[in-house]
Amino acid sequence: MAHAHKLEILRGLIKFKSNTQKIWGVLILLSIVTAVEVVLGIYKPASLMTVVGGMKLLNWIFIILTIVKAYYITWDFMHMRDETAGLRRAVVWTAVFLISYLIFILLQEGGYVFDVYDEEFVKRDF
Amino acid sequence: MDTSIASTGTAEKTWGGGNEPFKASYGKLMMWFFIVSDALTFSGFLAAYGFSRFKFIDSWPIADEVFTHVPFLHGQELPMIYVAFMTFILIISSVTMVLAVDAGHNMNKSKVSIYLFLTIIFGAIFVGSQAWEWATFIKGDYGAVQTQGGNILQFGEYVEKDGEQVFKRVAIADFTQAGERVRVQDQRKTGIWYRSEGTLPNYTVDEVYSGLEANPNILVRTQIINEEGHKTILSREESLKAIKDNGKVVVEGANLRANEYGTALFADFFFFITGFHGFHVFSGVVFNIIIFFNVLIGTYERRGSYEMVEKVGLYWHFVDLVWVFVFTFFYLV
Repeated sequence: MAHAHKLEILRGLIKFKSNTQKIWGVLILLSIVTAVEVVLGIYKPASLMTVVGGMKLLNWIFIILTIVKAYYITWDFMHMRDETAGLRRAVVWTAVFLISYLIFILLQEGGYVFDVYDEEFVKRDF
Repeated sequence: MDTSIASTGTAEKTWGGGNEPFKASYGKLMMWFFIVSDALTFSGFLAAYGFSRFKFIDSWPIADEVFTHVPFLHGQELPMIYVAFMTFILIISSVTMVLAVDAGHNMNKSKVSIYLFLTIIFGAIFVGSQAWEWATFIKGDYGAVQTQGGNILQFGEYVEKDGEQVFKRVAIADFTQAGERVRVQDQRKTGIWYRSEGTLPNYTVDEVYSGLEANPNILVRTQIINEEGHKTILSREESLKAIKDNGKVVVEGANLRANEYGTALFADFFFFITGFHGFHVFSGVVFNIIIFFNVLIGTYERRGSYEMVEKVGLYWHFVDLVWVFVFTFFYLV
């Protein structure tokens, strides 16, 4: 099993000498991202509380950072970077399409149910 | 033999078999199949959580007020710290796992076993932490009153902190006197053999009400989130009225029917999603232990390939991947 590893991350910005070195590099990257999330989660800066696209800016940042982490776990820890394009697309596109669809449908419906409770004649305050 | 078998002449063609378009072994492909389907299961749970959250967008519990505990630091409010530690442990275990896979590619038996051992240890630490997190969540610390309509009313008082008035939660046990118990827990051995009930709360709503009357500084906090992102605090008159008119039962801690943090769905999803994830981690630790012993007795050395470590590694990283999302949607957002 002496297949080659691609040893660069961040579109070639950082190049590693060996696979082991790349693993530690990715660990540092993931730790930094997690630390940023935790610090933002504890302090919750007031400037990030503005609502953009139906959600707080801070929550958008959390979700984007989570997807960044998911990318590096899949690409470097699960070796997706070294698999053929066909395998990569079969796994990632299937999941991304189905999950986005599911999330859209359920969140849309949840928001609608909230509106019904909020505006129509349903009493919850007792 | 050539003369007895009709040659179809397809051996070298695309559909003749023997093609490996993905250049991956059967086992690895099947692991990826499983991971995609499991990812859909988890996203089903998380999307359902999102649905319920959007449904109760103005009254969902604030995670920072619920998960504030750290082992050995009793009584201090430290949101995020412990769960960040758990996330870090799981990421570290992913790193040791991928190092084991890497050592396997180099056929380095001793390194594979060391890294696998570390992965098992970190996995066990994570499962243990989750058990502790569950225990703390189930036990609760302040208690609350559930209303007729299923809403949760919590208690607290304004205290001076750094020259500012801040609202501080007060536990029911701190201002309520438990009276004489009129009713005892219905058990199968005492009543009808097929009927029993859960533990009765330590206080009745009437006792909480008289405790509230006797302590003029204590106020009631509702579930509703106001414009500043805090829970609404009622005035003294409103507090007394809310408990008297709507109070139904005292809730301490959490179970699947009610919890002191807010809507019942919050605890239901917490138990279901972190429980399902914890079960995955537990299974992963078991798989790791199995292949760890296989490595030790030299099974893969004789087989000439450590691919089994790689396949279990894929599963283990997937568990880490799911936790990253659970962490975001349960503790951060």
